[in-house]
Amino acid sequence: MLLMDYETVIGLEVHAQLLTRSKIFCPCSADYAGAEPNTHVCPVCLGLPGVLPTINWQAMEYAVMTALALNCAIPEYTKFDRKNYPYPDLMKGYQISQYDAPLSRDGWITIPLNGQQKHIGITRVHMEEDTAKLLHRTPPKAGGETYSLVDVNRSGVPLMEIVSEPDMRSPEEARQYLIQLRDILLYLGVSTGNMEEGSFRCDANVSLRPVGTSQLLTKVEVKNMNSFRAVYRALAYEVERQRAVLERGGTIVQETRGWVDDKGITVSQRSKEFAHDYRYFPEPDLPPMVFSREWVEELRARLPEFPQARRQRFMTYYGLSSSEADVLTASRDMADYFEACLKALGVPTSKGKGHGDILPPLDASGQKRAKSVSNWLLGEFSRLLNATGQDISQAQVTPENLAQMLNLMEKGTISGKMAKEVFEEMFRSGRSAEEIVSGTAYTQISDAGEVESVVERVLAANSRAVEDFRQGKAQALTFLVGQVMKESKGRANPSLVNSLLRQKLEVQDEPSHG
Amino acid sequence: MSRQEVEHIALLARVGLTEQEVERFQGHLSQILDYFAILEEVDTSGISPTAQVIALENIFRSDVASPSLPREQVLANGPQVEEGCFKVKAVLE
Ligand SMILES: [Zn+2]
Repeated sequence: MLLMDYETVIGLEVHAQLLTRSKIFCPCSADYAGAEPNTHVCPVCLGLPGVLPTINWQAMEYAVMTALALNCAIPEYTKFDRKNYPYPDLMKGYQISQYDAPLSRDGWITIPLNGQQKHIGITRVHMEEDTAKLLHRTPPKAGGETYSLVDVNRSGVPLMEIVSEPDMRSPEEARQYLIQLRDILLYLGVSTGNMEEGSFRCDANVSLRPVGTSQLLTKVEVKNMNSFRAVYRALAYEVERQRAVLERGGTIVQETRGWVDDKGITVSQRSKEFAHDYRYFPEPDLPPMVFSREWVEELRARLPEFPQARRQRFMTYYGLSSSEADVLTASRDMADYFEACLKALGVPTSKGKGHGDILPPLDASGQKRAKSVSNWLLGEFSRLLNATGQDISQAQVTPENLAQMLNLMEKGTISGKMAKEVFEEMFRSGRSAEEIVSGTAYTQISDAGEVESVVERVLAANSRAVEDFRQGKAQALTFLVGQVMKESKGRANPSLVNSLLRQKLEVQDEPSHG
Repeated sequence: MSRQEVEHIALLARVGLTEQEVERFQGHLSQILDYFAILEEVDTSGISPTAQVIALENIFRSDVASPSLPREQVLANGPQVEEGCFKVKAVLE
């Protein structure tokens, strides 16, 4: 039998808790981590009869900001609905969520893939309330009672749901999508994005289909993945499991499977009764929301530029290659440094708005300078940073200094080869290129008279070390050499310093003939 | 309305029904549905769906946290309480 080739189809559903102070529909504190069970609870989040929820404005603003960052459309009208299902983690017997009028739809983000960027569609972003937490108790001995404990602290914490299109074709793409998505949430400051602590959760829909068809085969929902690694492993396992079933001529059952991390497998979870009979209807206690276009645009203007957009801009505007843009935008400090340097060179830097705007490219001379700055940052600068274990934010060389050095190169004052030495000196001492190049700073002092006067100053100022040396402490000499080098800003000829110091110390050793 | 439909609705609502009650509600619920069938005759083609009958929109509160209930009060109506939590029958995922 000829084995069919299958393609993997993955869509992800992410739930992220928002970093508001209070819960979404009541004023209980949403910061329940570490709190005693059931101490962040009021009649609203407890679901007592007769209470009225009120929408937390901040939660909606964070969600709309996120949706904009994910390039979604924000409809004017949005509302909450009740999603009904009986489960002990749901205090009211329904969850307030959004059904047919979510706050946003039709967005996308890009993920890096084999040196290219791949679009992943975002179906929708909507708001809902988190549920209570169930703690399962199993008795130590057989025959004992198994039960669950309900902690309501989490109930009503604002939960943002982000649903992707089934656009991912491998577990690695799914992992990349999650990383990009979490980066955006962290950049916006709307969520901690912590998977291990459960403030950023991911469920996946996985199916296979014969390559070259658009036929949708039965999909399986995978849950219980508590880390990026777990997502990758669970999806890789599930893809292979389904492939094996299909290759044996079997059929995939539509079901929910839970990832068991320590065993490295997914197992079928007893399907919840009527899991698909949610009987959604509009939440009568919450008036609908109408978002003015002015407010949406104001929010859009306030968005920071995201790494992906900045990366794109570095390529289109400055004409950098994708690998250069990748490295430069991997850290915000590096990207900022790059642009500060260009600004100091008089190259017009363009502040991107972060929505994939295609800017007209910079002129050729500007791009040439950008390329040169990029070469220095990714070459010598990175090499020295790595060698000294420093981060670019700790480096002594300012963007202005680097720009000045590049100007000296352009004018022909220094050659490319000299520039490397000059740069290393700048990196080490924090002095400017001009200071170094003008000679006074860069040339070594080998004039005995000049070094001698420094040595004398150092000896006079360090009588304690002189005394130590006389007592036989050899390291006192090393200290004094260091002091002379420091005093001469590293320019004194070290062997001359050494011999002059020895000479002086020995002379002073002799009884004074005064 | 069929027997199965009534039993399904009863289960969703977590209401236990006797044999006689199932029969009785088959009749009641059918009558209600018949009444909605009459309402459906009204031409609503020019009217947008109504999700809310209160003429309000954009009612928000600002993000300010205030103290919650004391735990004794939270748990006061719980039939069974343990370790500061409500105790419920085993729920297996
Ligand atoms: Zn509350």
